[in-house]
Amino acid sequence: MSEQIFKPKIVAFLCNWCSYTASDLAGTSRIKYSPQVRIIRVMCSGRVDPSFVLKAFALGADGVLVAGCHPGDCHYIEQNYKTMRRHSMLRYFLEQMGIEPDRLRLVWASAAEGQYLAESIDQFVSDAQKLGPLNWSDVWQDDNRREEAFEEIAAEHAEALEVQA
Amino acid sequence: MNDEPKGKLALYWAASCGGCEIAVLALNEKILDVDALFDIVFWPVAVDAKVHDVEEMADGSIDVCLFNGGIRTSEQEYMARLLRKKSKVLVAFGSCSHEGCIPGLANATNRRGIFDTVYHQTPSTENPDGIEPQSKTQMAEGTLHLPVFYDTLRTLDQTVLVDYYLPGCPPEADRIWDAITAIVGNDLPPPGSVIGAETTVCDECPLKRNEKKIKKFYRTWEIIPDEETCLLEQGLVCCGIATRAGCGARCPQVASPCIGCYGPNKGVHDHGARMMAALSSVIDSDDPREIDRIIRDGIPDPVGTFYRFGLAASHLRRAKPTDGNGALSKR
Repeated sequence: MSEQIFKPKIVAFLCNWCSYTASDLAGTSRIKYSPQVRIIRVMCSGRVDPSFVLKAFALGADGVLVAGCHPGDCHYIEQNYKTMRRHSMLRYFLEQMGIEPDRLRLVWASAAEGQYLAESIDQFVSDAQKLGPLNWSDVWQDDNRREEAFEEIAAEHAEALEVQA
Repeated sequence: MNDEPKGKLALYWAASCGGCEIAVLALNEKILDVDALFDIVFWPVAVDAKVHDVEEMADGSIDVCLFNGGIRTSEQEYMARLLRKKSKVLVAFGSCSHEGCIPGLANATNRRGIFDTVYHQTPSTENPDGIEPQSKTQMAEGTLHLPVFYDTLRTLDQTVLVDYYLPGCPPEADRIWDAITAIVGNDLPPPGSVIGAETTVCDECPLKRNEKKIKKFYRTWEIIPDEETCLLEQGLVCCGIATRAGCGARCPQVASPCIGCYGPNKGVHDHGARMMAALSSVIDSDDPREIDRIIRDGIPDPVGTFYRFGLAASHLRRAKPTDGNGALSKR
């Protein structure tokens, strides 16, 4: 079999007022973008708690995109500045955890920028493709000899672990 | 106290420092009430009962088991499963079994990294033959066994089903007593709950709070904080904003920032993520480069700062090990 092209799983959090509307515009304008992206609409990019991003990685995402209104244009006045700071914080943290910080991307796309958002998504998908799969659950599940070691002990104490009627 | 048959209590110590065992004794004279209410059937630190004694007990015959410590070795995993089987109510007692705590911080590295440090690299180690613990050693008399050391520390509930959690490193004596009275009085929250407060350390903290705007983070040795003003406002990374109450805000009261030992508040799974969210909100800059500088200059170790107690229980659970050059490796 020929080698399959790696298709990254991308989770994208788009804000209701600008970026999600931009993706809508891309849709109604028949602008194509990669189907590898799974879009989640949030009211504001400031709603994206760092735990959403980490949970996405933990559950198998290869990349996470957060998109919101341009700085200064936030529907909720200044929440996207908080997104900006969280992004900075998260990238720093991911680095230390051994996850390439480039797996997280922040994009500002206004409601009029359907074309730009589509291009940004395509660009991110292609960048994530170059980074390769993350497969985070392997990082903690693949524990040398864990199961084997436990089975050995369990076999020694089989009687105690038996289910009693 | 009364003539009803006594309940059966077991306590066990897995990957932890032992502070939780001492915390039980910090009940002081109330330990006598515990003794009046319960027969202690298994407590390796204080009572002479062996593992085979537990193995011989009927399933579910222990009324309450307070289990402290994370699961780092195969033996600890066996004990967790055994005690789960023998206990009606299994309580993850203290931060280690609840969310990994300091032993879980070793999830930033792996077994190889830990062994390299402990058995080879520390200046006080003299090990010219490079001996490391083996899970099996052949001797003339037979095979000797040691538990197998896992790469990743797991919390108790990542190993077996846990009924209740008692957070804290260690849990405060008053909170332990609250939990014991709740268990005895059958006044328990739904299974799976944390027995404790549902608010943050800030709510218990008497320091004065104004608006938080931070241009620079300081480490504790860099400034002498004003003892009456919120420490976070003064630039010290105080985890009280994201940490469950229950301790009485002991640390901030003596001008030492909260390090987060009581874990995340109700409804929060990832303590460090909540801490990052909260801290990002108070940084006083809208310029990406300045933000980066404030964060990187002020917080040299984000994992150790935000996940000091919760790395093993976090969404990511552990770091991806790197080779010696800092490049990512598959181990």
